[in-house]
Amino acid sequence: MDIFKIIDEFQKFDGDAVGRLEHATRRHFMNRVSSKLAAVAVPTVFASVVNKAYAQSAAAVDVLNYALTLEYLEDEFYKAGNAAANLIPAADKAIFTQIGKHETQHVAFLVKALGAKAIAKPTFDLFYGGAFGDVLTNYATFVTVSSALEDTGVRAYKGQAGALIADPQILEYALQVHSVEARHAAVVRRLAATVTGNAAMKGWITGKAGAVAAIYAGEDNMTQGGVDLTGLASKSPAAITEAFDEPLSKEAVLAIAGPFFKK
Amino acid sequence: MKSDNNTDNQERKNTSAVNRRLFLRSAGLATSIGAFALSCKDDDPDPMNPGTDTVDLGSGDTGVLNYAYALEQLEAAFYTQVIATPYAGMTDAEKTILTDIRDHEIIHAEFFKKALGANAIKGLTPNFASIDFTKRDAVLGAAKLFEDTGVAAYNGAGKLIKDGGILLLAGKIVSVEARHAAVIRDLLTPKTAGFAGDDIVDANGFDKAVAPADILAAVKGYVKDTINGANVGK
Repeated sequence: MDIFKIIDEFQKFDGDAVGRLEHATRRHFMNRVSSKLAAVAVPTVFASVVNKAYAQSAAAVDVLNYALTLEYLEDEFYKAGNAAANLIPAADKAIFTQIGKHETQHVAFLVKALGAKAIAKPTFDLFYGGAFGDVLTNYATFVTVSSALEDTGVRAYKGQAGALIADPQILEYALQVHSVEARHAAVVRRLAATVTGNAAMKGWITGKAGAVAAIYAGEDNMTQGGVDLTGLASKSPAAITEAFDEPLSKEAVLAIAGPFFKK
Repeated sequence: MKSDNNTDNQERKNTSAVNRRLFLRSAGLATSIGAFALSCKDDDPDPMNPGTDTVDLGSGDTGVLNYAYALEQLEAAFYTQVIATPYAGMTDAEKTILTDIRDHEIIHAEFFKKALGANAIKGLTPNFASIDFTKRDAVLGAAKLFEDTGVAAYNGAGKLIKDGGILLLAGKIVSVEARHAAVIRDLLTPKTAGFAGDDIVDANGFDKAVAPADILAAVKGYVKDTINGANVGK
């Protein structure tokens, strides 16, 4: 039986859903599907594949609970920010509503996928032990913390890619979330540049510049794949560092996020 | 301060370097920026230059790297043209952004070329005949398409990569492409949900992940060479 042909048939039926499912479902389809009529079964197959995939690897469960922890934090942060009176100017509401929606969706997906293995939502201190005391009353602080959270999220997901290399479908889900976090980061950085009057701040990270040193540590890396890129294509070090985002280890991320967790 | 890096001289040098690589060598034309701009305004691709070359991306991780190199070449050539022939009414802020993105894409392409060494595919011949570089909407619309496609391509290629180091490299680049996509979208529809709109991010909050065959089919019209990616990641 030609599995790839069946996948192609599905793709005509519902490109998006099948695109996401393609890899994980090949084996599944091999056992269960004999005609394209089974396209109607996709939602069920989807849920069971996700559950099965997560159950297969302890490493994946760890990574996804780590992701869930960060998504819980982001979700709570934007829920509080979007609900706070006189915080987000009307003109910027649409952006933060969209970001908040995605974080809620990420939490929902991870909770559902992890099932009984999902960790409970921690109790957060959005004021970071007092360091961000005005985060829900001062828009400049809110935007700065938002950009820091998003940039950290990008680095955190990136840092887990290698741990998921044996779980291809979960790796793909993680990549799909990772790039959404990067979209968030870019647009919030542009807002932060305006709100804080920092003209040097762009959608991308230049060198290791940033409000919180630990979050941007190592972003000034000039060596990729063992090659020193200094002078590549006559471009500046600033441009070269902007062209590559760097990962952060779980330990580094949890150290940064630590004060957000109520002791 | 960050935009101190692009003097006009540097731009000219970089632009002509890319033109040499992308156009002169493979197309066999003594292409100047002006001549390329002219060709871009043609409604139809030049029948004298059908671009019948087939470029094989190869297999395994090398195939994935060449696949990325091919896409980055197209992006680099596109933004090089955008900056060489700015659309009417390009603001200074837009020029800074588009110049930054151009530089990032050139860096990505040159990095892949260097990393691939003898395994690198040749310089491709882009075909931007369908893009009106004089119009803001056309240019930013194309930029949006290229960036969203790039994100979906890297996301879809991730699971094909066998080496952890290469996977990480792809991860380092895809988030920069996503940043580009968001900023281009923000230029098109400022202060809206468009930067990560429901047209590109699904109900799980997921970006797209698309397999190489579908990406290559989608960009086919923008490159004169025929690209064979059948063995990418295999």
